Amino acid sequence: MIKLDNLHKYYGTGAQRLHVLNGIDLHIREGELVSIMGSSGSGKSTLLNILGLLDQYDEGRYALAGQPMERLSEKQAAQYRNRMIGFVFQSFNLLPFKNALENVSLPLYYQGMSRKARSEQARHYLEQVGLADRMTHMPNELSGGQKQRVAIARALVTQPKVILADEPTGALDSVTTGEVMELLHRIHGEGNTLVIVTHEPEIAAQTQRQITLKDGRIVATPDGIAPSATEEPA
Amino acid sequence: MFDLEKWQEIIATLKQHKLRTGLTAFGVFWGIFMLVLLLGAGRGLENGMTANFGQVTNSVFLWSARPTQIPYAGLPKGRRITLKPADAELIRARMDDKVDIVAGFNRLGGWGNEQYIARGDTSGTFTVRGSHPGMAYLHSLDVTGRFINERDHREKRKIAIIGRGVQQVLFAPWEEPIGKNISIHGINFLVVGTFTSLSTGDNAVNEEEAIFIPNRTLRYAFNQVGWVGNLTIVPKPGYHASDVEEEVKALLRDYHRVHPDDQAVFGSWNMQAFYDRIQSLFTGIQAFSWLVAIGTILAGAIGVGNIMLIVVKERTREIGLRKALGATPMSIVSMIVLEALVITAFSGYLGLVAGVLTLEAASAYLPGAGTFSHPEIDFSTAIIAIVILILSGLLAALLPAAKAAGVDPITALQDE
Repeated sequence: MIKLDNLHKYYGTGAQRLHVLNGIDLHIREGELVSIMGSSGSGKSTLLNILGLLDQYDEGRYALAGQPMERLSEKQAAQYRNRMIGFVFQSFNLLPFKNALENVSLPLYYQGMSRKARSEQARHYLEQVGLADRMTHMPNELSGGQKQRVAIARALVTQPKVILADEPTGALDSVTTGEVMELLHRIHGEGNTLVIVTHEPEIAAQTQRQITLKDGRIVATPDGIAPSATEEPA
Repeated sequence: MFDLEKWQEIIATLKQHKLRTGLTAFGVFWGIFMLVLLLGAGRGLENGMTANFGQVTNSVFLWSARPTQIPYAGLPKGRRITLKPADAELIRARMDDKVDIVAGFNRLGGWGNEQYIARGDTSGTFTVRGSHPGMAYLHSLDVTGRFINERDHREKRKIAIIGRGVQQVLFAPWEEPIGKNISIHGINFLVVGTFTSLSTGDNAVNEEEAIFIPNRTLRYAFNQVGWVGNLTIVPKPGYHASDVEEEVKALLRDYHRVHPDDQAVFGSWNMQAFYDRIQSLFTGIQAFSWLVAIGTILAGAIGVGNIMLIVVKERTREIGLRKALGATPMSIVSMIVLEALVITAFSGYLGLVAGVLTLEAASAYLPGAGTFSHPEIDFSTAIIAIVILILSGLLAALLPAAKAAGVDPITALQDE
């Protein structure tokens, strides 16, 4: 589903140039649940931005669902993001002046879908995440866990190829963290491809594969084993 | 083209920020309101001044002024040239392509002299003027009853059309003057009409203290058969009164054998030269009004641009999120531009309506006469104002929209 070949990314120019990603090779198959770990400065955020088509890479190759993601114009990138990628953020990023249903249907708006069809589809996914009774609630009337479930419904609503979750439980307490992870597992169980960026080993441990980044390189991708040994002290 | 969803989005976001939207809208509202008021007031002044001119603004008046001062063609100096009905015929014959009306007018007792008019026991002094069939408009009269007709002229009938001022003196308020007789210099005239003046201000009062009788009647009944007091000439459309004035004078000098340089023999005055001067004054006033008003609108538009910049800044995160969810740069630009346009168009339209209503109210409560009357703006001016408004709205949105389109979703979505 995601294929990276010798991916490089630099920030800045000349002597100040920072080599953020230093030759990443990565293959994430369809239906996988993968976590990306790493301390701050390891390049995991940059990698996530590139995977999410929010940032450009400098060298190498990136193919998403078999299509090369090279030299995209802003418009193309926006359209690929809209149809192929679902984002889940640490701080939810719901529009505060739109209710849950409107928030979920927003990506469909950018597909030019009619209001009626949008609402129907958004309603379906809100039911899926267990918020059938919260459709018309505004974000400030929802708990943190509920907000994140709305955000997950929004990520699912376009039926994307891959869901990218950036610290999805970073702002939640342990009980709701459990609920959200359970939901992500269920979504994975339905055949979706998920990439979760986290610095919490407990979260990473719940994924099929952990990818650990350090200084812009992948240091360990042991299948199904918690990479506690490679974890940097905070 | 029309995208209902987009409009719903925009109206929803504008509703979200009612105070800010309202304050911004007020700037534009005020700009358009001022534009309408200024232009309307300028027009009111123009209307008032123009009304003073009466209905005909290009007439030429010509009269016999001084004796000749230069001997010419064997004739001595000191001759007095009298204008005769034949002069009117001459001008009409020679300058048929350029003049619309040529008519000789007489007055009883010379220029501006008031005459003793009696009716039964009441009496007063008024000017008595001669006129011709169909020329009520030349004097800017609004006639009730009738004015002089062809038969009056042909048969030298003794009929009179009296002004409101005359009517007030000679007739009781409840009396119908039409059909009654008045006595001018002991000769009875039948009143066939009354009039009010269409001029405004002090002029009107004077004009309304006059009596019009057929010019031929006047000349034959009051011993002015040999001459006319003045010639009034109205040029045809496309000919300037000043040119016609000079040409007529040259023609008359030639005909009466007056030296071409003997300027003072024929006195003349044309209304158009004066009218043109006043008109250019109004053009100046209008240009100034536009300048001030466009400045005000621009200030309003810059206000909108300023607010939109703040809006973009404030909504960086939202814009970043929208981009991450698939909004193209174009859709972000059109969102910001449309928002600015909605604010400017809506508030500008309100300003236009408020301005027009204010002008209407002023028009209704101000007295109809005077140097300021019926302030108004015409449809085309309103359309121009709206075009300026929409352009300024676009202008206002350009920079903020570019900023919004350039928002980097990465930085926008970073957690604080």
